[in-house]
Amino acid sequence: MSVLNLKVDGRPYSVDIDPETPLLYVLSDDLELRGPKFGCGLGQCGSCTVIVEGKATRSCVTPVGTVAGYEITTLAGLGTIEKPHPIQKAFIEEQAMQCGFCINGVIMTAKAFLDQNTNANESQIRQALSGVLCRCHVHVRMMRAIRRYAEEVRA
Amino acid sequence: MNLLDKLKALTPEALNALESAGVSRRQFIKGSSALIVGFSMSGPPSRANPIHRAAAQRLDGAGNNRLDAWIAISADGTVTAYTGKCELGQGLYTAQTQLIAEELSVPLDRVKLIQCDTALTPDQGTTSGAQSHPTNFNQNNLALAAATAREALLHRASKQLGVSVDELVAEDGAISAKANPAKKVKYAALVGGRTFGIALNPEAKRKTPTEWTVLGKAVPRLEIPAMATGQFEFVHNVRVPGMLHGKVVRPPVVGASLQRVDETSVQGLPGLVKMVVQKNFVGVVAGKPWQAIQAAHKLKVDWTPGTRLPSQGTFYDVLRNQKPTQDTFLVNSKDVDEKLAGASRVVKATYLYPYQMHGSAGSSCAVADVGAGKATIWSATQAVFPLKNSVAMLLGLEPENVRIVFRMGSGCYGINGADTVSYDAALLSQAVGKPVRVQLTRKDEMAWENYGTAFVIEQRAGLDSDGGIITWDHESWTPILGGRPGASNPGNVITGFLAGFEPAAFAARTPAPDPTGFGNSSNAAPSYVTGCVGGRCGGTGAVTSQRVLTHNVRSLFWTGPLRSPARLQNTFAHESFMDEIAALVKADPVEYRLRHLHDARLLEVVKAAAKVANWETRPSPRRGVGRAGSAAGRGISCVLYEGDNGYCAMVAEVEVNQDTGAIAVKRLVIANDCGPISNPDGLKNQLEGGALHGVSRTLLEEVTWDDQKITSIDWSTYQPLFLDADVPRIETVLINRSDGKAMGAGETATTLAAAAIANAIFDATGARIRQVPFTPERVKAALTARA
Repeated sequence: MSVLNLKVDGRPYSVDIDPETPLLYVLSDDLELRGPKFGCGLGQCGSCTVIVEGKATRSCVTPVGTVAGYEITTLAGLGTIEKPHPIQKAFIEEQAMQCGFCINGVIMTAKAFLDQNTNANESQIRQALSGVLCRCHVHVRMMRAIRRYAEEVRA
Repeated sequence: MNLLDKLKALTPEALNALESAGVSRRQFIKGSSALIVGFSMSGPPSRANPIHRAAAQRLDGAGNNRLDAWIAISADGTVTAYTGKCELGQGLYTAQTQLIAEELSVPLDRVKLIQCDTALTPDQGTTSGAQSHPTNFNQNNLALAAATAREALLHRASKQLGVSVDELVAEDGAISAKANPAKKVKYAALVGGRTFGIALNPEAKRKTPTEWTVLGKAVPRLEIPAMATGQFEFVHNVRVPGMLHGKVVRPPVVGASLQRVDETSVQGLPGLVKMVVQKNFVGVVAGKPWQAIQAAHKLKVDWTPGTRLPSQGTFYDVLRNQKPTQDTFLVNSKDVDEKLAGASRVVKATYLYPYQMHGSAGSSCAVADVGAGKATIWSATQAVFPLKNSVAMLLGLEPENVRIVFRMGSGCYGINGADTVSYDAALLSQAVGKPVRVQLTRKDEMAWENYGTAFVIEQRAGLDSDGGIITWDHESWTPILGGRPGASNPGNVITGFLAGFEPAAFAARTPAPDPTGFGNSSNAAPSYVTGCVGGRCGGTGAVTSQRVLTHNVRSLFWTGPLRSPARLQNTFAHESFMDEIAALVKADPVEYRLRHLHDARLLEVVKAAAKVANWETRPSPRRGVGRAGSAAGRGISCVLYEGDNGYCAMVAEVEVNQDTGAIAVKRLVIANDCGPISNPDGLKNQLEGGALHGVSRTLLEEVTWDDQKITSIDWSTYQPLFLDADVPRIETVLINRSDGKAMGAGETATTLAAAAIANAIFDATGARIRQVPFTPERVKAALTARA
């Protein structure tokens, strides 16, 4: 165990933990954040995605010790119910989810990609989402929401 | 909101109303603070407690005929409603909130809907099988309760205002005189804080869809803002003070039994609280999730060798010939052999469908707090009341001391791991006397869930000289093992079985007895037969000579309902076969269907889908297609889901790469009629998602195994449609039948995809594919085999 200093959603946290612990468990169990989720624990589905220093990162396979001190952003850090982030607003307006479990991975992956690739075309966006799974198959609405956000980023 | 906040949020009036409804739940709520801080550590209750077997439970539960069980109005005018049908991602929470707001004439934000909690809500059995709309939106249950409440309020207002009921109008939570709006009384003044104390009135007048202002509108889903911003509490997010974390250790292969657990292998591991063994059930409990994972990984367990599994390559032959069988005739006009013998042509085909899995995106999770003879379980089960009883059996508790609280899980699509993980958490919590959270590993979810079952389906039809169908003969073989635990069969899922309960017995029966009444039985009966048994006809078609014989056999793997269970498999066979016959007699697939259908609403969806798709009337396959390169085609399929619960037709347009065998589905047109539409956008979302779920299952999904174990255990070995998939354009045609009954719509589109795509592939290429999934290899084989 060792004391690690984490910066999550703009707030500092100090946790006493085995640094090999995947970041996901620290976020969802120690910090009780509800964005990142355990889907597979293998980095295959995207449900656990957070943004570390601007990059979409699979928190289920990222030892917490490797991201201490970095800027970590979770879905809850983007916006609130009252004031959602533009990409969250796009998903709300398009009603682009069903069970909502995977939405963390979809939004965080798309946001990290579009923020750095503002002129990405549809096939590049899809490529960026190639490892993200939605089992309710809300693909059509999700792509519509992402396009809406992409247009906003470009504007 | 966590549970405590939710309970606090219940108004005193709502609590009183619950008590008045005669369900002893208030006591449970009063005791809930004790429950949250944890029970005493006196250890698990005696195993000698009786096992509580309940009578076979109705799918829709016992319900409740007291109005106070469903609706309470508080002094501030808030309407609290209770439902036993829960939100699974299908939009039902919002639709039911609309229903209450509509029938009671209050704004949406004044309705507080409490769902699926055995201490609070009516027993409505299982939220499944597209039954929630039929159950709660027709003249029964929740809708009837709301209508009864409005009627009661009108009568009370009539007395108070001295105006006859006919001259009154309910609006915005108040009742006023039509002639003099100043004569007005609020609901809160009529009943607020008190109970109704009446039974549901079967004759209570519902609002008609033409009067609707809230129901029938595209009200946005109420959970979505919280979900999109990472605030929503899934069952995975339930946190209870003092909660520990558990992991289970499943057998390595099918059929293995526990020999020995080496406790020293985990001794001294940080955070480890306890190792738990109960018969073949093995688990560990630790302070933190990562500690539990490591302990489960390091625990040395010896198992006996498993059952040797038949090779997957010969599986369908094994299934087709497996004994013993459990045989059922759905219809048997007893003239089929004679008609086949006299037919001018006989058509035959065999269709194969694999085991598939729910494969929810998040592995299943539950939190259990068991101690002092009581248990509370937070679960994403579809069946809170049945689970309450089966958990009581599992733990040796009295059922009244078990409370199941529903929290949304990841997807659902039928019985995924939600019930089994509830048992895991319950067993581990009982063993340590503290609350325990369990989330399955991806492999434990996928290797042991109750799969959607495999099928071999043989079809034969006899044709007359005009090419019309004169007899239809259907025979199917499908493996079953376990299923929903219901109230009395914890052994129907892996954890209950490992803990010592047997799955529901397999009752062999050969030969099948004569049918006594027509049952559609998961669309085993094709749409094109009359479905006549004993002079009564329940089918939708014209063919009078008919035989539908089904054989269940014992499965190697756990099975259970997966979105459109058996209905999808049967419909794939029926609708593909119909297409094969149409092609043989050179008829247009739409026209040929219309010729053999009698049901006006089924005819209408077929025509509607064809019209929007600009269906070109001609026989399949398309003429003049080369045998290499890309080929495009269209196919149709249709269904009346389960024979009475949702009309749907789908046109698929595909492109086949004849060099690689790759299929691209380019466009889907879906026409759907489920009676009056509660929420058109919610319906569209279900049809779109359901259709793509069908595409994924048709093109990609198949459970695999080797000689000992399941080998599809993660997303590299079981690959559905990820978000980079080139998905088709989807157009929906919503037929709003305001004078009809409310029907289900969550599974209709899923049911149709496989056949529509197979028919489109045939139209494009002349190659018929009869085995799901349509992998490039199978498509190539079908292309090679074509005439």
